Parts: sequence; structure tokens; C-alpha cells
Amino acid sequence: MRRLVAYLATALLATAACTGGSSTAGPSSTTVSANTLGTIRIGAIYPLSGSVASAGVNAFHGTELAVDVLNGKYPQIDMPPLTVGKIELKSVDSQGDPQNGAADVDRLVDTEKAVAVIGAYQSAVTLTASERAERLGIPFVNGASGAANLSDRGLKWWFRTGPTALDSAQTYFAWLKSIQSQHAVKTVSVIHQNDAAGNDFAKATKDEAAKNGVTVADDISFQSNATDLTSQVQRLRSANPDAIFSQMFINDTSLFLKTMAQLGYTPPALLATGGGWDDPTFMQVVGPLGRENIRVVTWGIQVTEKNPTAKAVDEQFFKNYGVHLNGDSARTFTAMITLGQAIEAAKSTEPDKIRQALQSTNVTKTIMPWAGIKFDSRGQNTLAAYLVLQLIKEDWQILYPKELQTTQPVWPMATLTGR
Amino acid sequence: MAELPQAVVSGILIGSVYALLAVGLALIWGVMDIVNFAHGNFLMVAMYATFFAWSFLSLDPLLGTFVAVVVLVALSLATFYVVIRPVLRGTVLSQMVVTFGLLLLLQGGAQMLFTPSARAVVHPWLDGARFVASGVVLGGPQLGAAAVAIIGLIGLWWLLNRTEVGLAIQAVAQDRKAAEVMGVQPDRIFALTWAISGVCVGLAGAMLMNFYAVDPAVGFQFGLIAFIVVALGGFGSLRGALLAGIAMGVTQDVVGLYLPAYGLAAIFVLYLLVFLIRPQGLLGAH
Repeated sequence: MRRLVAYLATALLATAACTGGSSTAGPSSTTVSANTLGTIRIGAIYPLSGSVASAGVNAFHGTELAVDVLNGKYPQIDMPPLTVGKIELKSVDSQGDPQNGAADVDRLVDTEKAVAVIGAYQSAVTLTASERAERLGIPFVNGASGAANLSDRGLKWWFRTGPTALDSAQTYFAWLKSIQSQHAVKTVSVIHQNDAAGNDFAKATKDEAAKNGVTVADDISFQSNATDLTSQVQRLRSANPDAIFSQMFINDTSLFLKTMAQLGYTPPALLATGGGWDDPTFMQVVGPLGRENIRVVTWGIQVTEKNPTAKAVDEQFFKNYGVHLNGDSARTFTAMITLGQAIEAAKSTEPDKIRQALQSTNVTKTIMPWAGIKFDSRGQNTLAAYLVLQLIKEDWQILYPKELQTTQPVWPMATLTGR
Repeated sequence: MAELPQAVVSGILIGSVYALLAVGLALIWGVMDIVNFAHGNFLMVAMYATFFAWSFLSLDPLLGTFVAVVVLVALSLATFYVVIRPVLRGTVLSQMVVTFGLLLLLQGGAQMLFTPSARAVVHPWLDGARFVASGVVLGGPQLGAAAVAIIGLIGLWWLLNRTEVGLAIQAVAQDRKAAEVMGVQPDRIFALTWAISGVCVGLAGAMLMNFYAVDPAVGFQFGLIAFIVVALGGFGSLRGALLAGIAMGVTQDVVGLYLPAYGLAAIFVLYLLVFLIRPQGLLGAH
């Protein structure tokens, strides 16, 4: 019996030694000629459960569809498939918890042998996950996290294809400037979640307000998944700004709009950003209270009218998942395509060669209404941009930029109470 | 300005719902010494029951309350007979682990069956009701929820203090063996306690659905609040739960008015302060 136990213990130790245990164990990597890289494992981190899961799953679907496109599953979509190998996506659920971000990267790299990681949707999770990827020397590509300071950390392995909260604020103020003769905005209030993305959004908005000579009447933060937002809405009502800048996820968005309606307060304009207004369930959850809300977003269905590739991707997305692309899924799709194209260019699964290929990325054809994708020295795409949309009846219409505009803004918005 | 009175009134309204949610937890603890970690997710089930009664059966959420209560009573009884009764003679740890397992099962099951998407009842008739007095607004859904909570709590107090069944429940809570000698069957009382808890959480969930969206994770925040209400009020005390629920609602809204980021944090501070002065809670016994 003792001998048996000794054998088992030895076998276990040997197995442990073979599978590693070192946190710095990197993926097996290869540099070879075309079509022989075989299976290329990419790690994906998204909040697939928890209070942000609705938006997280939708964002994951964007990445998943991009992998299928790269693997040549949908030849009708005019995007070149990989010739160097097939991508296998290994996904993990962050549960929306920043504490899981680093451990998820460890797991994907050490256990799943991922050569690059994509994710993680929420800025707070992206922060911890990308820092871990940096330490492991693994490219981390992000599509849909907005916190501007994520690109200000001096990271070598960090790449973000999407725009930032600063871009969002700049887009809003550029639009407000273009309509100031009809709708002058002299004071604004800011309401946001008290987390990395929310605080970054508030800072960017306040900075841009100052640059544009607009007074910030109040800056209100709250814990997400709030059970009551009466006090916060009261403060907004008390400040009575010309416009409200807001950032929150879907449950809080619903409670926020309902509380405003209950308290009989309607701002002249509600300018939103963040997952709540871009959530695929937005219309169902908030109902008529969503009408005339304004949001910045990276993608709108109107993009398909001028971009046949975007139309084909949207049609396939709808076929697979029953909803149209939105700002989140279009961004995560684009991030994954960018990573795939970098691997194609690198012709290697060596993380450093993928990183170099990402740095040299210069893409002009995407499904986004952007000039393309080109990273600066901070890993930030300098060509990403936002659209300003307003929900008119049941459709999101483009207000800005001028060349894509489909309607004039409804300003002030109709009273929320009694809708 | 009506800001402070508004915050106080809104706090009382939401606090009443906290209290109704928490009494189910307090009751099970008081009678059986079992902590039901899945309590917040029972609320989630009640909210889904109300939502689906509205979306599939076109039942007004107020009528959906009956569906939620029936579903929650069934869930509570099933939980007692299938999960709790087998571990009644087990250790405290095993009792905690099974309810924690139930928490994960309910949340995972909801995500699998209903997807992670948030859902909300749109346009219940209560939504349009508003009452304004001296600048203070009483929203229809919140007022309705508070009224149901207060009526529910009064009914529960009457049941526990003015009926034979209630006295039997109290007897089992005080001394299980002595009650058994007097002819009370603890097993039935336990089942009844779980059913009553189901009624309370069913009512709370159905009323919350009038102004709150549901998703598989919604139980976490409310479950946490229920635990703090029970601890703040004193484990096993119904009056304590009511007082603590309202105190927490008012604290959350009044502090939120001046320090919006710390409204929720303030209720934890309130709990710590009370705990330092009265470790047994506001109305709990030593």
C-alpha cells in the first residue's frame, strides 16, 4: 500500500513538474511559413455572469464572430481569412470582478497556452488583466473599455482599437459647439458610476467642459447596482443644468430614468455614454423613457448603408445571436480582427512578433465609421471616433458628425413623467 | 427646499421593502438557527416570476404578486424538504454550505434559463401614479411597495402574536424540545416558517419589479442588504427588522443627498456604529 502511495505521489509530482507551476511560463511559440502555425490560441476575458453579463456576453459575441470570420467560416463577408493557421478562442468569465482580471490572464497564458489576450470590457477589469499580460509579455488587445488612462500607463504590450472616454467628451463638446446657436449649453452636471470607467468619464467630461467654457454644476457618483437613486436625481434637479452627462450600466440606467420620471424631473438633454444605453436590452428595459436620450457610440446601424462589409457582418451577427451589432460588439469584433491580421502579418505565434506586428498596424478597411486603425506609441488607436445618436421614436438616429447626420436633435427632450 | 424631506420619505419607502425582504431571513434564523445565504436569490426568483407573469400571461405586476407568492412558497417548501431537512442534524457549517450552494444554483440556473440580460416591466399602471405633497413626491410603485410591505409586516406580527400557529412558531423558536413535548411538531413548524418566509420575499420581489430591473445577479445587492437589516435589527426580531430597514433606507438616501457616492457605504457605517454600542442589534436579545 505504501509503495502504491509513493508511486502515486511521484506520478503527481512529475505531472505537476511537466505542466509547470511557474507563473511566468509562457505559451509555446513558433515562427514558420504560411499555413503551418496550426491552432493559434487566443484568450478572451469578458463578464459572462454578474450584473454586467448582458453587455459582456454581447461583447463576447463580437469577438466570437470575428474568430469565425478569420477562420474562413463566412466567405460572404469580405474580410481576408487567416492563411497561417486557425484561431481557437479560449474564453473565461471575469464575473465583472477586477480581482479576477490578473488571475484570468494567468490561467489563459499558463494553462490554455494563449499567445495573446483580448478583453476585458469593463475598464476596471481591463486594468488588472492588461497589467498582468504586460508582466507575462503577452499582447493584450482591447476593443471596448473606455477609461482614457488605460493608455497612459506606459505599457509595451497594450493595444486599444476603440476610442476613449476623452474621445467621447471631445466628440460631445464638438457637437455641442456646432449647435450652440440653436441650443446653448452653459452648465452641465455629471452622473456616473464610482469605478475606474465612471471616474475617468467624469474627469474627461469636466476637463473638456473647462476647455469649452462650460460650467460643471455638479459631479455625482454612485455605487453601481444601486437600489435607490432618489438622492442623486434630487441633486441633478437642484442644480438644473442645461444638459446631463451620464455613464452607467443597464440596471442603473433603468432605475435612473424611472426615478427621474417619478420625481417629475426632465433635463433639457440627457447625454449618455457607457454600457447602459448601448445594451441590447435597452429598449425592452427602459421602454418609452429611452426616447430622445442622446448617446455617443462607436457604431450605428446606419453605418451599414455605406459600408457593405459592415452590412454583411451585421447580418451574420443577427443570424447568429438574434440582435444587431452595436457599439460594443462592433468594437470587440474589430479588436479581434485587428489581432488576427497582426498574427497573419507576423506569421508567428511568438508574442513579441505579434506585438511588433500590432505596432505596425495600418488598417484602413474596417466595419467601423473610422478612418482606420493605427496605434500610437501608447498602443492607442489614433483613428477611432464616436458618433452622437438620439433615439427618435424607436430608432437611433445620427446627430453627429455632420457628414453622417440623419436628423436634427429633439431638444429639449419631452417630459419623462407620464410617458 | 423639499430635498431633505424627499430623501427621508424616499428612504422610508425603500426601507420598508428592505424590512419585508429581511423578515423572511430573520424568521428562519429565529426559528431554526439557519442562515439562508440564498435569500437574495429567492428575491430574484420572485422578480422573474412577476416579470414572466406580466410578459407571458399579460398579468399586471400587482396581480403577478400572487404568482410570485405561490412560486416562492413552492420554492421555499421545496428548499426545506429537499435541501434543509436532510442537514438539520448536521453541523452549522454543512447548513451554511447547502444554502450557499443553493445561491449558486439559483443564480447559475437563472442565467442558463433566462440569459444574463436585464428585464423590466414596462408601463405598469402604478408607474404613472404620483402623489405630491409640499413638494415631496411619492412615486406610485414605491408607495405601493411600502404599503404592501407594511401590511405584510403587520400581518406577520398578527400571525406570530395573535394566532395559535404563531405561538407554536415562537414556542419552537424558544425551546424546540419543550414545544415538542407540548404536542407541537417542529418539522411542520419549520416547513411553515419557510413558507411564510417565501410569502414575504415573494411580496417584496413582486413589488420591486414595478420599478426595478431583474437579472440573474440582482439578488446579491438585495441579499446583502437583507443580512445587514437582520443583523442591525437584532437576529430574530421582527420589529427590529422593520426599524433597521427603515433606518437603512433613510440613511442611504439622506447621506446620498450630500455624499452621493457614499449612500450605500453609509449603511455599513451605521451597522458598525450600532454593533459597537449594541452588539445584539437594535432590538435583539442578548
